[in-house]
Amino acid sequence: MNGLLVLPIAIPLITATLALLFRKNSFLQRLIGVTGMAALLVSVLFIFRDVHTDGIQVLQLGNWAAPFGITLVADMLAMLMLGITAIMGVVVAIYSIYDIDRERERFGYYPLLNILIMGVNGSFLTGDIFNLYVWFEVMLIASFTLLALGNSKNQLQGALKYVFINLFSSLMFLFGVAMLYGMTGSLNMADLALRLPEVENTGLVTTVAMIFMVSFGIKAAVFPLFFWLPASYHTPPVAISAIFGGLLTKVGVYALIRVFTLLFVNDTGYTHTILLWVGGFTMVIGVLGAASHMEFRKILSFHIVSQIGYMIMGLAFNTAMGVMGAIFYVLHNILAKSNLFLISGIAQRLLGTFELKKMGGLYRHYPFLAVLFLISAFALAGFPPLSGFWAKLSLVKAGLSIEQYVITGVAILVGLLTLFSMTKIWLSAFWGKVPDEVPDHFGKQPLFGAGSLYILMIPVMIIAGLIILIGLNAQPLLEFCMTAAEQLLNPSVYIEAVLGPQ
Amino acid sequence: MDTLLPIIAGAIFATGIYLLLRRSLILTIIGIILISNSVNLALFSLGRISSENPPLIAAGSLEPMAPFANPLPQALILTAIVIGFGLLAFALALAYRSYRELGTVDQDELLQDAEDTSAAILPKNGSKEGGNA
Repeated sequence: MNGLLVLPIAIPLITATLALLFRKNSFLQRLIGVTGMAALLVSVLFIFRDVHTDGIQVLQLGNWAAPFGITLVADMLAMLMLGITAIMGVVVAIYSIYDIDRERERFGYYPLLNILIMGVNGSFLTGDIFNLYVWFEVMLIASFTLLALGNSKNQLQGALKYVFINLFSSLMFLFGVAMLYGMTGSLNMADLALRLPEVENTGLVTTVAMIFMVSFGIKAAVFPLFFWLPASYHTPPVAISAIFGGLLTKVGVYALIRVFTLLFVNDTGYTHTILLWVGGFTMVIGVLGAASHMEFRKILSFHIVSQIGYMIMGLAFNTAMGVMGAIFYVLHNILAKSNLFLISGIAQRLLGTFELKKMGGLYRHYPFLAVLFLISAFALAGFPPLSGFWAKLSLVKAGLSIEQYVITGVAILVGLLTLFSMTKIWLSAFWGKVPDEVPDHFGKQPLFGAGSLYILMIPVMIIAGLIILIGLNAQPLLEFCMTAAEQLLNPSVYIEAVLGPQ
Repeated sequence: MDTLLPIIAGAIFATGIYLLLRRSLILTIIGIILISNSVNLALFSLGRISSENPPLIAAGSLEPMAPFANPLPQALILTAIVIGFGLLAFALALAYRSYRELGTVDQDELLQDAEDTSAAILPKNGSKEGGNA
């Protein structure tokens, strides 16, 4: 029992409440927003220390012993995800200080952001499948509101697509939970892992596995269920785009990793083959979609889809190396992708548009911004010595070691195509000549100092620093991911931590 | 009941899917409502329906009188209904707002891609810019 486990859920809730109390005072709201996220990061670090030294930490809420009560479980995977969530929370909270207008602040931007983070953290921590559904809904309702906040025309259009497809996927999820409950009489994931192999009708278990795959697949935006994502993620303010693009789809990936390593492992020949195909198609279709667009954030949105494919591929390999690669890829991708979104916001502030055709001259006037873009873009494409290189390297190694040559080849090829669309952004927005019509402040407004965009630059520099740090010193993080993968592929550790010695 | 309920749930689900595929936004919402209810019904019937003693513990006793009914599915459905209610209220408000803003409930017209995607983040009246820049 470790009481600290409630903190990643309690801190955002408290922060949200406080921010709501002061919703008319934007200075206090911003202060509360940033400090709340920083407090979350500190609490996560404390739990991380416990998990690192003592193994999986468990908290039985209300002292109801598992499997009867709700259990919070912090294993290595959950901790890595919580850590990256807290880091993203801090940087996005800082970025929002400048990026989010007063109007949105007054209508509850900071409380909603914290509720969103609470839902994400809850999803990572819970060890109960119905509770996972509840956290998903907490996350969804906050994300719905954040996406629509501001009521501009194309935000509403984006929100409509996002809301209905996600409502449907939640209902699929709920139906899957109902089926699991009907078959086993339990909702605790550790208990389910013990009982599912005893279910006589194995075909039914595989069917339920597919229901979960479709439901989480919609949330993770995998092929062929991703169409809502590029249609909506480019509409809200950049800070919201960044947290959505970085985090939300990864919660779907997390859920897929969790259920397909813990619960549905009896028919891997069938389910994981489908996952492998899905991963391959997601990579290719996503990157091709990106190649065909000329709007900064739409290109990035399609890349989210493409990158999800790598993670699904790692999961489908179903080896320690593959799952390790998938987890590392998730962490690296959240950093690189969010940073690109944040940079797109700065570029838009300077040039007044997201259309690549109307952009240009950023390299000439803002070389430092260009360097930061290059770092993130190269990390995304997988250049050494940045974080993406190690992520791709471990996945490729995992693929080769189990002789999945075709999909590994596809993964490498998609890396090249990723570089192609990053080059497209680079060529037009950064190297291109300054367009005829630019806002008056272009070239004059400095990045630092008085009257500058320095509040937007701080988060970008923090993340770029992390990307380089992980790239140059990947060993510790790789080892954490390996621990996480080993825990996942050996569910008895998880089950024993929750239910006690069997 | 054990055979009837799943069939009803399935029929409602199918109706919901049909409505979900219609072009009018309102019908889509009604479709989601129907699917939501059918999933709740499924959850209810998968928890096994039986007419047994209520799961109440009499004074002085430590456990309910066997055989007793399973109260858990009802707790789950109650949670699911409340969550579904909240989400649908939001969906309705969103649909109304979109109708006011875009003047139609036909999804083909509603979801045509806007050309200028940066419009969403330009602050109104430069309210924020004045404060910071």
